[in-house]
Amino acid sequence: MRHLIDISDLSVAEIDRLLDLGEDMLRRPEDYRRSQQGRILATLFFEPSTRTRLSFESAMLSMGGSVLGFPSPDSSSTAKGESLQDTIRTVSCYCDIIAMRHPKEGAPIAAAMKSEVPIINAGDGGHNHPTQTLTDLMTIRLEKGGFEGLTLGLCGDLKFGRTVHSLVTAMSRYPGVRFVLIAPPELRLPGYLTAFLREKGIPYEEVEHMEDVLPRLDILYMTRVQRERFFNEADYVRLKDTYVLTPDKLALAGEGLRVMHPLPRVNEISPKVDDDPRAVYFKQVRNGRYVRMALITRMLAENGGEEAGHEH
Amino acid sequence: MNIDSIRRGIVLDHIQAGRSMEIYRALGLEELPCSVAIIRNVKSNAMGKKDIIKIDDDIDIDLDVLGYIDPGITVNIIVDGVITEKKHLALPRRLVNMGRCRNPRCITTQEANLDQVFVLADPARKIYRCLYCDAEQRGTDAP
Repeated sequence: MRHLIDISDLSVAEIDRLLDLGEDMLRRPEDYRRSQQGRILATLFFEPSTRTRLSFESAMLSMGGSVLGFPSPDSSSTAKGESLQDTIRTVSCYCDIIAMRHPKEGAPIAAAMKSEVPIINAGDGGHNHPTQTLTDLMTIRLEKGGFEGLTLGLCGDLKFGRTVHSLVTAMSRYPGVRFVLIAPPELRLPGYLTAFLREKGIPYEEVEHMEDVLPRLDILYMTRVQRERFFNEADYVRLKDTYVLTPDKLALAGEGLRVMHPLPRVNEISPKVDDDPRAVYFKQVRNGRYVRMALITRMLAENGGEEAGHEH
Repeated sequence: MNIDSIRRGIVLDHIQAGRSMEIYRALGLEELPCSVAIIRNVKSNAMGKKDIIKIDDDIDIDLDVLGYIDPGITVNIIVDGVITEKKHLALPRRLVNMGRCRNPRCITTQEANLDQVFVLADPARKIYRCLYCDAEQRGTDAP
């Protein structure tokens, strides 16, 4: 059984093929309108996330498939004390593929051990979020024409931001990529990831102010400082406004910069930036629908097939 | 006591001096009905001092536990009074249910029936990571 738990379950070649398919679906959605008729996607959200859940459901519905599931654990039998693995065993009898989000890290691996159908990790705590990474990669490739030699600035909560962790892992596989890590000391990238970059000889620098580095960036990836990741409310209040992108700051950047954000934003990007042609975060949302269509299509087609994936 | 005194059993040799009691407990040797000898601070050319454990029965040893505690240990299998096999240990690639993941956000803290599985990430530094959450394991409860 093949699953997508971590972006590194996919080879660079497989990601390329997924992005090719996603871009084709973006250009010619009518060709795929009935391609998954009769198939069922279950969206199991043990932690609410309207945006990610809707993107998966939209992707499946756009291909003529059906969806079922629950938007939060209180509307599932988890509220009665059922274990994750029992829920998965049950639901996998009702569907062809599962997209799940869970607040605990590693939950999709535990789920994959008992599932009869492929599992897509739609986010597990602060750990991984591979479909957001596929969305980000599709956006970068569409906007910049490729990945090689790009300088990526990652800004905000780099400690708990799972989208950042997955993106660093994925982008580190392309030659010539450099990272600029813009974060307060409290929210720096975890040590295991900076160690990983050092081991692979990938250049990175850690800075505290975005103004100093903006002119050098190809991509500025902004993140939200999330209240739910803090144990202490005072720390959250102190840090949440530290990194806000405004038109004044954006004026320091080159024309080639693209500003991305996994959304939802709170106030880290001023709405005045939205109409700047360099702001592509709403295109990112659109791309997320098509790359998920591509992923669902491939995973259903290759279930038990020859392509790489997380094996258990 | 010497090896010749065992007809059929196991001798754990080249234990780092002072660690034999830890191994005695980790392998559950106190529960064995057979005789078990712990010999401490034996002179060794290679190690200066070492500990040895002799077990007077042919039991199943958990080589993963042993390899994790001290990969330098040699396991000698004795049959009819002679060494028939010498096993050299390595750090196990996976550890199952030896310690608990220390990450409070890990699924293993919530899902009761999951095995605790740790995967060897860096043999040189003896670092294991949780199979589920990737957290590096450190501290006394960790493997």
